[in-house]
Amino acid sequence: MSQEQDTKNRDSNSETPQKRAGMELPILGQVSRRTAIKGAAAVAGVAALGVAAAPMLQKTAELSAAEFMQRHFKELTDEDKRIIFERLENEAQEKYDAEVQIGDHPPIRGVRFGYAINLSLCNGNGKCMEACHRENNHDRATQQSYIRIFEMPVGTTDFEQGNTSYDHEVPQKSHYYLPVQCFQCDNPPCVSVCPVEATWQESDGIVVVDYNWCIGCRYCMAACPYHARRFNWKEPEIPADEVNPDQGYLSNRIRPQGVVEKCHFCLHRTRVGKLPACLEACPTGARIFGDLMDPDSNIRWVLANKRCFTIKEELGTKPMMFYFFD
Amino acid sequence: MSANQITSDTSSTATPRGYWANYPRFLWQSLRAATDGSPLFYGWMTLLTAVALVGVNGWAHQYASGMIVTHMTDHVSWGLYIANFTFGVGLAAGGVMMVIPAYLYRNRAMHDVVILGELLAVAAIIICTLFIAVDLGRPDRFWHIIPGLGRFNWPISMLTWDVIVLNGYLLINLHICGYLLYTKFQGRTPNRWWYIPFVFLSIIWAISIHTVTAFLYQGLGGRPFWNTALLAPRFLASAFVSGPIFLILTMLILKKIAGIQLPSQAIKLLVQIVRVTILINLLMVASELFTEFYTGAAHSVHAYYLFFGLHGHNALVPWIWTAIVLNVLAAIFFLNRSALESPTWLTIACLMGLVGIWIEKGMGLIVPGFVPSTLHQIVEYVPSLTEWQITAGIWAFGLMVYSVGLKIAIPIFRAASHDE
Repeated sequence: MSQEQDTKNRDSNSETPQKRAGMELPILGQVSRRTAIKGAAAVAGVAALGVAAAPMLQKTAELSAAEFMQRHFKELTDEDKRIIFERLENEAQEKYDAEVQIGDHPPIRGVRFGYAINLSLCNGNGKCMEACHRENNHDRATQQSYIRIFEMPVGTTDFEQGNTSYDHEVPQKSHYYLPVQCFQCDNPPCVSVCPVEATWQESDGIVVVDYNWCIGCRYCMAACPYHARRFNWKEPEIPADEVNPDQGYLSNRIRPQGVVEKCHFCLHRTRVGKLPACLEACPTGARIFGDLMDPDSNIRWVLANKRCFTIKEELGTKPMMFYFFD
Repeated sequence: MSANQITSDTSSTATPRGYWANYPRFLWQSLRAATDGSPLFYGWMTLLTAVALVGVNGWAHQYASGMIVTHMTDHVSWGLYIANFTFGVGLAAGGVMMVIPAYLYRNRAMHDVVILGELLAVAAIIICTLFIAVDLGRPDRFWHIIPGLGRFNWPISMLTWDVIVLNGYLLINLHICGYLLYTKFQGRTPNRWWYIPFVFLSIIWAISIHTVTAFLYQGLGGRPFWNTALLAPRFLASAFVSGPIFLILTMLILKKIAGIQLPSQAIKLLVQIVRVTILINLLMVASELFTEFYTGAAHSVHAYYLFFGLHGHNALVPWIWTAIVLNVLAAIFFLNRSALESPTWLTIACLMGLVGIWIEKGMGLIVPGFVPSTLHQIVEYVPSLTEWQITAGIWAFGLMVYSVGLKIAIPIFRAASHDE
């Protein structure tokens, strides 16, 4: 805008409304062609924006108002949960053609879970990984699992020398096998960093994720020192007959696209008195799971009688997964 | 215009009625200024619109198919978006290097151009917000992070601090820009109390946005590459290189292409600032590298990967050496007084510095934090075409905001300074 124009505008301000309208008309006349072109450009721009954004329409239509408005898990009443679980069960039916039951499975008062692995027994057969894959309704194509096994050369605990993609007979000579999963740390860095409290530690020590609250920023994945968290880069694909129908809202229900997930010590099993799927599948008996608060539990016996260690203890995360050699 | 009229104008704006009449007029004039221009301006805006639309399209695909269309993985879970976000925060913070001389040292020449720095801050924060938005796996749940509506994990999560400081910085700068433009548009002298306190707040706030952003990474004990106390100071040092450089480039381009002559003193002052900050930045890089490579502990593995590659994996090696060479060359140019007298060489030096920092604060900072991953597996990352599309789109949109801001602000400021 030039100074003259500016002056004109200021002048017009002090005029009466009628006079001002009279002054504006010729200006309108001058710019009408220009304004018309601008209008046309604006319309074309909006149309182009519509075309560019079109691919997201279907996905947006899939998003129900109930899902969009759903509150954080801790704010839900029992009635809210009933309605939500039913909705999720219907979604599983529609999308996966599978009849599933989703439960709440609250933590048991006075229980604190701990897990130990006997590295002298583990031979890297990978049954735990497979069991996790099936139990927790992981995406089939990516072979996803919460467990990974490191094949480590004897004489080191340096993960850099380990190998997780081995494909040969086990056990190999001069190697030991070290399975890792979420350690359900007592001081979990992943929980502190979450901007929306979508992940938290429950009273039995299990760190859970509300898959319907997570915004998918993946800050927790950056914060975890153990590579325990996974992201759903796409919607998981599972054949109907392979879907595990026994599901927990905070555990193994089929996860939506774009959210983070992690090992939950099979809480839909362990909170009703069963053992984790990975432990049940282990043919070597290397896995010991139990209640740390129960003085007679196996896990307490292991902690009292074996020289246990945790991974990256120096970070102060206080893992609840313990390793030992016999 | 007579002084009499200004006075009557001022008194009329003091009443609410005057405000209601004047403010829409100001907005209308701004819209006209933003959409009127030379063929060159139209061409520039059309180009930016086209690139922004390519970005929208890329994002729409990403929203529909999931983030599988990026090349990020569970191992490298942040990539090009967060890299650009980090650089963008620096640019926003760097804008303050125009505000400090103008207000802290009362440099008159800078008063006429200080609006450039504030507009840059606004545009850069918008860019940052968009980069965070496109990085979300569930953008439909953005409301979960709005305090009061969702659950805001403050003060524990550094990301919530970042939400506060970035939005606060945006609001402060919008207020300063908006207030100064509106009063100058009316031909009034801005009331110091309505903007000077905010200017000083914005100076402190600029430091905070880049410090908090550094703390996002710096506070992660499981990521040794970022877990260093030098990270925040390094962020600031590089911000005070990239911000002023961007402003110098803006002024050079405005002069060369639009024929808009801004006080040459402003460029000289910014060059002097960059002369110092670029060296501080290099010194900090050197100090970090010494610690990494001389100690040679297991923690240095990320720096080794970044600079030399690891076990045959070297995707980032060309990036970082490009950055180092550009940054060193830019420093040499900036130290050479005679070289900078030619606008061409100054432009080249600025471009080298800008690209150098963009790599160093972007791909060279975010990606090596993830490679090797926390349990020492090496999965490399090269951005996908969709990621580049979205990135280009966001930058184009940010440049649109910046260009429109300049288009509106410069004539008003120049008219006002002629009046004076």
